Amino acid sequence: MKVARSTSDLAAVAAQIPYAVYLDLRVELDDEGVLAHLPFRQDLVGNAGLPALHGGVVGAFLELTALFQLLASARDARNPKPINFNVNFLRSAGAAECLARARVVKHGKRIANVEVVAWQGDRAKPVASGFGNFLL
Amino acid sequence: MREQDFALREFFGERRQELISHIPHAVELGMTVEKAGPCQALLRIPQGARLLGAASRGVVFGGVITTLLDQVGGTAVMCSQRELTSIATIDMRIDYMRPSTPGRDLLGHAQCYRLTRNVAFVKSRAFHEGEIDDPFAISLSTYMLASNPATPGVVKALEASYRVKRS
Repeated sequence: MKVARSTSDLAAVAAQIPYAVYLDLRVELDDEGVLAHLPFRQDLVGNAGLPALHGGVVGAFLELTALFQLLASARDARNPKPINFNVNFLRSAGAAECLARARVVKHGKRIANVEVVAWQGDRAKPVASGFGNFLL
Repeated sequence: MREQDFALREFFGERRQELISHIPHAVELGMTVEKAGPCQALLRIPQGARLLGAASRGVVFGGVITTLLDQVGGTAVMCSQRELTSIATIDMRIDYMRPSTPGRDLLGHAQCYRLTRNVAFVKSRAFHEGEIDDPFAISLSTYMLASNPATPGVVKALEASYRVKRS
């Protein structure tokens, strides 16, 4: 994958990932880095009673946000592969859009460590956080 | 614990698909319950183009494996309970040992190896048919039990969604 230097670069990469297209993931690049949006959809629900997004979808959203932040931070074109990913589910993610931002904690020669937080409405009330290691 | 002590024992056989039929995203992905039994479950996600990480490589995106392992882990926890309560995932860690093989269904097996009053501990793995000892991803996860204790009627709603028959 190429280095993403703008919102349109990120959108072009997202369009190459069928699963990101399926989730209708939106990504933009601003001064803080990547801001990812996951629109709410009924078919992404895990608990119909609450309702709440499926935990797996929230986890996948965090992983995608981490990947896009890594592409936006990369010095050269690489294809980062996830080695592992950790997700903390902090609150149920209700019937609303999810937002997420990631931070590259360490960008090594071979491995990058990335932290991610997702929220709905109030950034001070995260619905999930996570971190992952990627092989560069 | 004997098999008759498990709250969802009636779904350990032919009715096992009903364990996930009330979960919209599981239905959407075409998930099937291959096996269910005391403290464990085996689920399948059929291969599909929209699940890929890169169309050119044909490999499923890692996040889809997250969904499979979260779902199979939760199902194993439900299959561990003596009294039915609602559950919520606390956390999960996934190791991706290698990419999945293009074109093959994803299978997920989970074992709830410890159940306390508040927390369930789960080990799970994702693999292809006939390769349970050579998984492409492994996960450890924890689940909170009775995640909505203050909500009246939660257990009733659960029983309704699982269509548990009480004698």
